[in-house]
Amino acid sequence: MTDVAVPVAEKPLRSPAPASGLLSVLRQRYLLRLLVQREISARYQGSFLGLLWSYINPLTQFFIYWFVIGFLFQMHKDVPHYPIHLFAALIIVHFFTETFVAGTRSIMRNKALVVKMAMPREMFPVATMLVSLYHVGPQMVILVVVCVLSGWTPDPVGMLCLALALLIIAAIGLSGALLFSAANVFFRDFGNIVNVLTNFVRFGVPMMYPYVIVHDRFGRFADLYLLNPLADAVVLFQRAFWVGTVPDADRVRIEQHYGGPMMPDHLITHGVLALLGCLVILAFSQWVFTRLENKIPERL
Amino acid sequence: MATSIVAENVTKEFTLRYHRTFKEVTVAKARGHKTSDRFNAIDDLSFTVEEGESIGLMGLNGSGKSTLLKMINGVMRPDQGSLLTRGRIAGLIATGAGFHPQLSGSENLVLNAAILGMTERELKRKYDDIVEFAGLGRLLDAPVGHYSSGQKARLGFAVAVHVDSDIFLADEVLAVGDKPFRSKCMKKMMQIRDSGRTLVYVSHSPASVERMCSRVIVLEQGRLGFDGDPKAAIHYLEYDTPEDGEELTDEQMGNDI
Ligand SMILES: Nc1ncnc2c1ncn2[C@@H]1O[C@H](COP(=O)(O)OP(=O)(O)O)[C@@H](O)[C@H]1O
Ligand SMILES: [Mg+2]
Repeated sequence: MTDVAVPVAEKPLRSPAPASGLLSVLRQRYLLRLLVQREISARYQGSFLGLLWSYINPLTQFFIYWFVIGFLFQMHKDVPHYPIHLFAALIIVHFFTETFVAGTRSIMRNKALVVKMAMPREMFPVATMLVSLYHVGPQMVILVVVCVLSGWTPDPVGMLCLALALLIIAAIGLSGALLFSAANVFFRDFGNIVNVLTNFVRFGVPMMYPYVIVHDRFGRFADLYLLNPLADAVVLFQRAFWVGTVPDADRVRIEQHYGGPMMPDHLITHGVLALLGCLVILAFSQWVFTRLENKIPERL
Repeated sequence: MATSIVAENVTKEFTLRYHRTFKEVTVAKARGHKTSDRFNAIDDLSFTVEEGESIGLMGLNGSGKSTLLKMINGVMRPDQGSLLTRGRIAGLIATGAGFHPQLSGSENLVLNAAILGMTERELKRKYDDIVEFAGLGRLLDAPVGHYSSGQKARLGFAVAVHVDSDIFLADEVLAVGDKPFRSKCMKKMMQIRDSGRTLVYVSHSPASVERMCSRVIVLEQGRLGFDGDPKAAIHYLEYDTPEDGEELTDEQMGNDI
């Protein structure tokens, strides 16, 4: 913002349109922080349990999957510490779908602000992504507790994988949110398309099934599976937590049983490439957003 | 004196859509009806405002006043031509300033100030003044969704006038306030005017425009109808012939929307 102490005559004559783009969002951190706080407090406004809901929702999903896939389908036998395997993946999937779904609605929801106030409109998808990230916190607390009880200790490579996984999801989730939030202003159908898309997410990542099965079924095409950045993020996240809980004996047993590695080879390389890919997609989304943005206030 | 707002051949085109869903559009197309119309809400408009001028913006409903203010404030961009401004802009675009209905008045106050470009420190300094100006008392803790439109305008106006701006925009702000608040706003706006800041004031009330403004721009279907002395502008608009032979009083200041 311009400094008012400077005489007006010395300020430049310029377009009043706010600087837009993700970078200008980062420059207005105070406003961003307020928006994130507002989003978090508005979500639990008038609810008795408040923030507890961000634990309850993933926990119930976890128990449902655990019961159906683990108990009814007997996946426990093949996958050691199956609940951790599942829960780790669920956290990542949740982070993504929350960012994508809520982000897509974010501009519509903040209509009142968008049509009256001059501010970078990327602010809203970014704030939604940060709110989702904030909700990852409590879930990771649960996960870490369970992992430690199962004999997990943190390792540097694992932590690198953790950071990569979160960055990948932040980038790809934000890309989706940017693209679809703008498109949703023009046709509300995009909000529904997002719901359909998220239905596929759960099955495209090694959540209910272990990665080693993919390797078994797809053989050398397993690398294609890893072209999906969400799958990369999930595998990385499992490497950070679940792998540390699997005893060597179990690992050898399942690798022999399926005749393939439990985790993909060159995991870090895959992760870094996936992250770079997501950043390219993010740049593309920003480009599209800028094209559409001009027309947003008048179409709301 | 420097220029404050420079508009050159500004045009803003809107599309009016008569149908939204796929079904409606197909049916209308099949029958040969038009599904949308384009028109210029602002049409080839040029003017210059010097620093410190107070401009009254008048015109009938739909003549493009709010659209012009939205372009000055940066929410919308001209489709053609250019519109440039100097310095920081604050103000109220139509009654209410983009509040979140679920959040309390004070939370909205903080957010609004941040959007208008106040820093955390600046807000801390001015918070009490803003609260006092709004005069909402305990209501400030209630969700804004429960406010009346006048109360919302109060809060929005209170924040906007406390921003250190170089250009102040006011779009029919006074229309919904009660009388004590209206005169308080007028006083504050005169103070803003007298401090040498540029003021753009939209109103249908001839009395208040005459008191506030040194120059009036009249819009007619997005074009420049008149630009000059307030008295002459009011005469041009034929706003100076009271309908029922009534005298214009302060009472009527901004009584209309
Ligand atoms: N977002 C929009 N989409 C389409 N038409 C619009 C939009 N906003 C305003 N208009 C139209 O543009 C014209 C000017 O509107 P406005 O600037 O609000 O008028 P005023 O404030 O002078 O009453 C009106 O005919 C109005 O219907
Ligand atoms: Mg208007």
